[in-house]
Amino acid sequence: MIAYIIRRLIATIPVMLLVAIIVFLLVHLAPGDPASVIAGDNATSDQIAAIRAALGLDRPLWEQFAIWIGNVLQGDLGHSLFWNRSVSELILQRAEPTISLAITTLILAVTISITLGVLAAWKAGSGLDRAVMGVAVTGFSVPVFVVGYLLVFVFAIQLGWLPVQGYRPIAEGLWPWLERLILPSIALGLAYVALIARITRTTMLEVLAEDYMRTAEAKGVATRPMLLKHALKNAAVPIVTIVGIGVALLIGGVVITETVFNIPGIGRLVVDAIARRDYPIIQGVILVFSGVYVLVNLAVDISYTFFDPRVRY
Amino acid sequence: MAGAAAEAPIAARPGGARVFIRRNPTIVIGGALLVIMLILAVLAPFIAGDPLHVNPVNRLQPPDLAKLFVPGAVDRFGTDNLGRDVFARTIYGARVSLLVGIFVAFFSTTIGLFVGLAAGYYRALDTVIMRLMDALMAIPGILLAIALVALTRGGVPVVIFAITIPEIPRVVRLVRAVVLTVRERPFIDAAVSVGSRPKKVILRHILPNTLAPLIVQATYVCASAILVEAGLSFLGAGVPPEIPTWGNMIAQSRLFLSRAPWTVFFPGACLAIVVLAINLVGDGLRDRLDPRLARRMR
Repeated sequence: MIAYIIRRLIATIPVMLLVAIIVFLLVHLAPGDPASVIAGDNATSDQIAAIRAALGLDRPLWEQFAIWIGNVLQGDLGHSLFWNRSVSELILQRAEPTISLAITTLILAVTISITLGVLAAWKAGSGLDRAVMGVAVTGFSVPVFVVGYLLVFVFAIQLGWLPVQGYRPIAEGLWPWLERLILPSIALGLAYVALIARITRTTMLEVLAEDYMRTAEAKGVATRPMLLKHALKNAAVPIVTIVGIGVALLIGGVVITETVFNIPGIGRLVVDAIARRDYPIIQGVILVFSGVYVLVNLAVDISYTFFDPRVRY
Repeated sequence: MAGAAAEAPIAARPGGARVFIRRNPTIVIGGALLVIMLILAVLAPFIAGDPLHVNPVNRLQPPDLAKLFVPGAVDRFGTDNLGRDVFARTIYGARVSLLVGIFVAFFSTTIGLFVGLAAGYYRALDTVIMRLMDALMAIPGILLAIALVALTRGGVPVVIFAITIPEIPRVVRLVRAVVLTVRERPFIDAAVSVGSRPKKVILRHILPNTLAPLIVQATYVCASAILVEAGLSFLGAGVPPEIPTWGNMIAQSRLFLSRAPWTVFFPGACLAIVVLAINLVGDGLRDRLDPRLARRMR
């Protein structure tokens, strides 16, 4: 078990290194000179050259990469061009809203989608099944920001049940915090619910057709334990896999959701950075989000050994 | 090949069209919606007014659907905060969305096909290519596209390029998986043993087997590309704001949501309908072209 975890950890190193190389090259091979962006419109060519030298942009590409990756490994993601702060500091400052949104969405989406998927598979072919699959196809097709504005219009503007936008730190109380996360979580989670519900239904249908399920039914296991303990646990591996892969969907959606609901998180940070061409922030956020994605999927791989003891690599 | 060929006889049989509709309701409904959207997009200059015409006197006019078929009416879908015709902008927006969707689907499946064939057939290339694809998949697609667009500041071509790159790995994985299973089949050994060169084996014997799943994947890529394009435009990292796209329209109208919900509703609804239509066609094609999977899903 420990050896397996260590092997999986080592396997993520080349992937993260490649991610770092791609992110580095992205900024350095793109047209447009960061030095002239920093220097501003009225700079002379001497001033631009001085900034290039100060940033190390005049050194060979591999040397720049070595310095940059060395800094990244020490937690230094560079300096923002606009804010007079380090990128790591800015990301940490904005982390709470984003993590809050991610956690509430994850809990909401996983609970709803697995319930829907299990029910749809249990009552396969029924009206309920068709309704769930309809929701799944639609949820996949409506973009986050359209759902977001629809929810805002109905529940915040027309009905006035929930705040339109904004974020309150959890330190200011549980309800003010939660109240502002309900609509964003629904908007962000919809596509994720669609994805997981679909896979849950498919794998549950397969498991329910197994011989051991008929045996369980024959020996008189009640419906609930039969569905949850016997079937769902055996269907867990593909479901957990898609939960992990779907995190990519959440990360992309976070950026848009934070813009719709005006949540001052990491997503807003990167959107604001686009307009200012603040490339160290864009670079840093991509690297952090990719790292999170790789770690989540590492956790998913490790969880296989819990759901299916036969998994021994 | 087998899957694509199996389709033709069914449609050709007498009374086949009715049977086809009954057996494939999703393809027919989705396809019909798409055809309507395509026609509207192509005929935009003839059915809609000038999407860029600013008329401050006439701003934030509510929609009047009774005038939907009145030529020259500007308040069919209402007007936005600058008095621009929401109907015209929505119709012109369809052009960008469909263009981006079709081009991204074409480029990413073509590139992904050849990279996937190479990875699946040549063991030496496999590890290198697949690790690179793992890394590309680890970077959230929309962020990668944001970075590409933000750093180059281009128009529609750059957006297409930026959305294509993150879509490639999924196609490569799919094609590679098919190649790995096909490669073990006896007819490949037969082809190799009679002296066919690798290039011929790949193009003549392996490639046709990848086409059915590839066509299905292309529809999903197309749907996802349209969503990503709208998201990028919405965030201000996509098509330049002066071009009417659904994402740009929603971004520019969001502050008027409570006063003029139609400025957000119409582009949003069109976006959802087009993507839903493509997904329906994709699901229908998957059921038709891959009967094994279809039986399992049912």
